Amino acid sequence: MSYSVKVLDHYENPRNVGSFGKEEEGVATGMVGAPACGDVMKLQIKVGKGGVIEDAKFKTYGCGSAIASSSLVTEWVKGKTIDQALDIKNTQIADELALPPVKIHCSILAEDAIKAAVADYKKKHGEPVPA
Amino acid sequence: MLKLPIYLDYSATTPVDPRVAEKMIPYLFEKFGNAASRSHSFGWEAEAAVEEARAEVARLVNADPKEIVWTSGATESNNLALKGAAHFYSGKGKHLVTVKTEHKAILDTCRELERQGFEVSYLDVRNDGLLDLEVFKAALRPDTIVASVMFVNNEIGVIQPISEIGEICRSRGIMFHVDAAQATGKVAIDLATLKVDLMSFSAHKTYGPKGIGALYVRRKPRVRLNAQMHGGGHERGFRSGTLATHQIVGMGEAFRLARLEMGAENERIRMLRDRLLKGLSDIEHVYVNGDMERRVPHNLNISFAYVEGESLLMAIKDLAVSSGSACTSASLEPSYVLRALGRDDELAHSSIRFTLGRFTSVEDIDYAIKLLHDKIGRLRELSPLWEMVQDGVDLSTVQWAAH
Repeated sequence: MSYSVKVLDHYENPRNVGSFGKEEEGVATGMVGAPACGDVMKLQIKVGKGGVIEDAKFKTYGCGSAIASSSLVTEWVKGKTIDQALDIKNTQIADELALPPVKIHCSILAEDAIKAAVADYKKKHGEPVPA
Repeated sequence: MLKLPIYLDYSATTPVDPRVAEKMIPYLFEKFGNAASRSHSFGWEAEAAVEEARAEVARLVNADPKEIVWTSGATESNNLALKGAAHFYSGKGKHLVTVKTEHKAILDTCRELERQGFEVSYLDVRNDGLLDLEVFKAALRPDTIVASVMFVNNEIGVIQPISEIGEICRSRGIMFHVDAAQATGKVAIDLATLKVDLMSFSAHKTYGPKGIGALYVRRKPRVRLNAQMHGGGHERGFRSGTLATHQIVGMGEAFRLARLEMGAENERIRMLRDRLLKGLSDIEHVYVNGDMERRVPHNLNISFAYVEGESLLMAIKDLAVSSGSACTSASLEPSYVLRALGRDDELAHSSIRFTLGRFTSVEDIDYAIKLLHDKIGRLRELSPLWEMVQDGVDLSTVQWAAH
């Protein structure tokens, strides 16, 4: 698989790897994928005042483009409100990383991880979860 | 002298041994004749070289040279054997038996025969990768005409019980084909004692050139085939087409060297393989795929749990190896061989195949061990599965959002 420079950079130097403490204030977690499918992404967001995402961390089991996609979205969601974060689309991720067609599902998974983390936040903080 | 990247994918292909290349070169220019030309010395010279090579191929497997038919490689040999025998013996029955862990050259050929109206049973293997003889016997029917079982598996290196299967087939009058592409030079093959009717060979897995192979077709008792390639009646009608003299000379020399050197070479490679396994065995959650005893010394197939194979390949790009991960295949499916062992899909995605060969050194192995130690740790730090396991979560109890 020949990857773009950006994928290789995120793979070699992944941003924001790790996990928040379970009891930290404002932390929500999105876990998507399945080991049997070959990729699992865990995205955590830390939401502060006004619903702004102050920090984000990830861990990913998966191929190079899955790791790069999740590393990239941790950078992108920071500073956005949770609703703005939901506007991030897989096509933007795929374009930014120049993912080859067989790897588009990695960008879809990263988008799903954002949605899952935001849904987890809304569930914990009493806001209705969109159907 | 360490040279990067290190080639540890000898089951994909091998380099042509320099001694083989040397022997091939004159047949491209000075000795370019057509082996079918009977009227002049150019043809006689080529024919003599072809027959010498045929004798060398036969000698490695203790067969008669007249039983060796040149083909373009093991894929063609497998096609000729299965289609040729199925078509010839279709009056007796239309059922074939093979195994789920066979190479695609067998499985896809069987699919084609199914489209042509034949029926094929694809047998499961045990979780060590070996075929259970009772399962095999139970699959045979009065209308079974052909059985095909590979000698050595290309992914996990296990050696199937060919001798026992041959006895069963012979006693029931079933044609027995063996794909031996991965076996030559690695296991002793004695066709004078094995009850094998058809056997496929490839040159490029045994330090010969690509594009040449052979099919063994037994003469006593006689095996009949319908030809798949027509035009000139070369190779006693089994396979027409002008013989590729230089390729054939290369295969003959490669098989001659294999016969002379395999004893010592296999012991050296076994020592290196065992060194690799020992060097990796202190990494937690490492699983060997396939039986370690009934296995060629060249192969080590290991799953590094909680690390995905393709990302591991990226991390160890100084090593040329292959993975059972879906992400390294065009189909996005994990290895069907590892799945047939009953492995979790996760372990199939996490598998790496190391195959060692003639030019692998101790330095190569030690470098690989060190590199893997560094990279497995880094990727596990990145893995949510590893984190969950460290926290005591049983992954099999988690509800995954499959996609």
